[in-house]
Amino acid sequence: MYKHPWLPNLDLTDEMLKEIGVNSLDDLFNDIPAEIKINRLLKVAKDKPLSEYEIEKEIYEKVKKNVELEAPPFIGAGICPHYIPNAVKFIIGRSEFYTSYTPYQPEISQGILQALFEYQSLMAELLEMDVVNASMYDWGSALAEAVLMANRINGKKTVLVPENANPFHKEVMRTWIQGKGIKIEEVKYDKNSGEVDIEDLEKKSSSNDVSAIYVQQPNFFGIFESNIEHIIDVAKHKKALSIIGVNPLSLGLIKPPGSYEADIVVGDGQELGLPLNFGGPLMGIFAVRWDMGLVRQMPGRIVGITRDVNNNMGFTLILQTREQFIKREKATSNITTNEALLALANAVYLSLLGKEGIRELAEEIYFRSHYAAKRLTEIDNVIMPFTSDFFEEFVIKFPIEYNIINDKLKERKLQGGLKLSIHTSLFCVTEVHDKKSIDLLVSTIQEAIKSVETS
Amino acid sequence: MWRQAKWNEPLIFELNKSGAARQGFLINKDEEIRSQIKEMKIPKNLLRENEPDLPSLSELEVVRHFVRLSQMNFGVDIGIMPLGSCTMKYNPKIEEKATAITEFHHPLEDEDYIQGILEMIYELQNWFSEITGMDECSLQVPAGSAGEFAGVLMIKKYHEEHNRNYKDTILVADTAHGTNPASAAMAGYKVMYVKSNAEGLVDMDILREIVNDKTAGFMLTNPNTLGLFEENILEISKIIHSTNAVLYYDGANLNGVLGIARPGDMGFDIVHLNLHKTFAVPHGGGGPGAGAICAKGELVNYLPYPMVEKVNGKYKLSKIPKNSIGKIATFYGNVGNLARSFAYILGLGPQGIQMIGKMSTLATNYLIAKLRDVKELELIAPNRHRKHEVVFSVKQLMENYGVSANDVAKALLDNGFYAPTIYFPPIVEEALMIEPTETETKETLDMFAETLKKIVNDAKINPEQVMKSPNNTSIARLDQAYANHPSTITPTYRVLRLRRLGKIDYLK
Repeated sequence: MYKHPWLPNLDLTDEMLKEIGVNSLDDLFNDIPAEIKINRLLKVAKDKPLSEYEIEKEIYEKVKKNVELEAPPFIGAGICPHYIPNAVKFIIGRSEFYTSYTPYQPEISQGILQALFEYQSLMAELLEMDVVNASMYDWGSALAEAVLMANRINGKKTVLVPENANPFHKEVMRTWIQGKGIKIEEVKYDKNSGEVDIEDLEKKSSSNDVSAIYVQQPNFFGIFESNIEHIIDVAKHKKALSIIGVNPLSLGLIKPPGSYEADIVVGDGQELGLPLNFGGPLMGIFAVRWDMGLVRQMPGRIVGITRDVNNNMGFTLILQTREQFIKREKATSNITTNEALLALANAVYLSLLGKEGIRELAEEIYFRSHYAAKRLTEIDNVIMPFTSDFFEEFVIKFPIEYNIINDKLKERKLQGGLKLSIHTSLFCVTEVHDKKSIDLLVSTIQEAIKSVETS
Repeated sequence: MWRQAKWNEPLIFELNKSGAARQGFLINKDEEIRSQIKEMKIPKNLLRENEPDLPSLSELEVVRHFVRLSQMNFGVDIGIMPLGSCTMKYNPKIEEKATAITEFHHPLEDEDYIQGILEMIYELQNWFSEITGMDECSLQVPAGSAGEFAGVLMIKKYHEEHNRNYKDTILVADTAHGTNPASAAMAGYKVMYVKSNAEGLVDMDILREIVNDKTAGFMLTNPNTLGLFEENILEISKIIHSTNAVLYYDGANLNGVLGIARPGDMGFDIVHLNLHKTFAVPHGGGGPGAGAICAKGELVNYLPYPMVEKVNGKYKLSKIPKNSIGKIATFYGNVGNLARSFAYILGLGPQGIQMIGKMSTLATNYLIAKLRDVKELELIAPNRHRKHEVVFSVKQLMENYGVSANDVAKALLDNGFYAPTIYFPPIVEEALMIEPTETETKETLDMFAETLKKIVNDAKINPEQVMKSPNNTSIARLDQAYANHPSTITPTYRVLRLRRLGKIDYLK
């Protein structure tokens, strides 16, 4: 091999070796014991380096093995399909941004630093929280870090988590907290309304070992928790930290967590201008109140305003003494690589939407998801098991097994909701689901039900 | 002479000075649907009272703002970023096409809809197993430190299953990346540092002395952060395994030996990979990255789930190792970035992969050779060949002229180069940690070496000038005390606004 587009010095090897003063490339590795050298080609990829044309063909081979759906998937569970403005894609495609590194040299990285500061600031306005970090991996890991943070602050070992919070996030949390001996206690939800069972919450928070209380707004079922302020009061009263999980888009309509003094807010920025990406990369949101006790224990990078020696405004990473590269085992988290580029995408998206756009979009999603729910429940014996109002996602109960419905949807290349039990499914409807595709979903489900009833 | 753009670009909140109603993106509203769902039934007590203070801007204003910001940023596509232990190699553009595999698919879609994605994951699981010499890989982990954390949790659970709860300590080398001790602590372990010897390698006598029944594992990167291959690795493996402890490979430095020696053959039990380093996923200004966590022997049973398996010719996300530590990411890791690595590996092929370790090592040693006459750039164990990276100490410049590693870094910025990693590893005073990677041309390496030489020379003749750099960047040196002081700390515009109104206290 003497040339390759990504290896510019292959043909200069001898010259460079001469400068070094050795005879062969192998001489550079004479400190590696012979018995562990691998003296063969690795069995990876194809049997030769592919040209770009051939790589592209391989990529489209994979694309073809996926199924192109008839309509965007009607499934959410915390991440939902949305339209992504081209300006967002364009900006994160600027390679001055996407090929840059964590801005440890701030003078030459003002662009990404200001952009991340603006992400933090735009998110802060949406949440009405004062301090936002520059991202975590995703909602699940942000929640896990929030629970670990609460434990560092108050040393208590129990976290109350409602049964109606996203089970995927809870799974991640369970993994992340296992080393610290933190116990998860599940709080029931009201089977009629779908909201957190306040009585059960009060009962379970009576222990003095409650480190934090978590609530998701809207919850996993898409339902608004109408007693959220009361839940925060319970946490305050018990000197536990309140952790609120939010769908950031819903905040175009409902009260932001800062307005009722939540301690920590987590969520996912995926709904603000990011593709589904088969579940990753996502964009973990992490915010806290203006309180040094909280800020000092926060995980992740934070960008702040400063000035240079000529008194010009500039941006730099702040509070770095919390971080692993300085504090090692005493750091607030091990996170380094985060989701910065996607925080930038969120910033561009929120800037494009603006204060009116975010409300209009949230309204549109509200209307479309309610239209889909209404149409579905017009089918005989199809009901919504919960009575409280919802946003974007909603649970539907069918008179037949959901698997049968799913099979029928597959005939039409449709992706229905997430099966929750034999007869129930959680659907997601956003601005990318037009009336025609919603109607197609409804009529296909109707057909499935009919075919069972008549057989 | 290189000059970075300097726009004095206002904050996005302060761009619209006219107060005009503007919006960068219109919402597609369906009037027919709205006519059927006439009203919202959200409980009154939940309704947002004040609209969020987001800017009102046209599409052009938003685009121009962020394009201007991009011009005040520096990436691999602009120039060399010789950041040690960060492997800032070129990110081939074809990688961006690969996201077509994943972009529009929801992670919970029916498996029949996503066979292409699952096949890609399956192939990558196998490729990374072969590349690392491990039995199996899980691609759950979204970044390197998440991989480390998963690895340490695996060690913990493994010992618990074997009733070895008395193992409460993780060893890390004193040259280790800061993530190693941080990950070990997050999993609830005590951390003990293993000192390096005068040659910059793990001190074997110290290691023998401190390894005991309480040792749960040893986290090591090889080549280490000095760029040196731990030549006693087989002996290290023996010592660690003699007490049933686990040997963990931090894959951040794999690039220096990729295709030459595999962690699995060196005796490591668990390995994590940083795909945004070794396998060319772009760094994105800090992320997103992607990772893999791989294991050998019994430890495969502890890998995070789910993994992809092939059942009757169909790919399924159904593989759950029997003692799995659980899930690390909400879904399946950063699959969109796995696709980028997939394209990269296809482009290299087995022959290209075999050359990565060789060519990155060649670049490092070539750079050292070009700088060997500069006596102010000191090396530990100068006669040893480095692998992916080299760490110079400019201690002499500091002692004799007051010029620090930070000053040298800033002077490099002035010449249109990004700076090396500085002050790392902590065992080297005034450290400049340089990793050129295999994708930089000899010509670039020559220019970089010449520039560094010149800066060292300038530091001796005119230290003041070096200490005042950078001057060609968008902004001069920044005041870190102001940035962090409780009376001036400003993490968001909201805080800035409230402070201007006198409505916010010191952060306390």
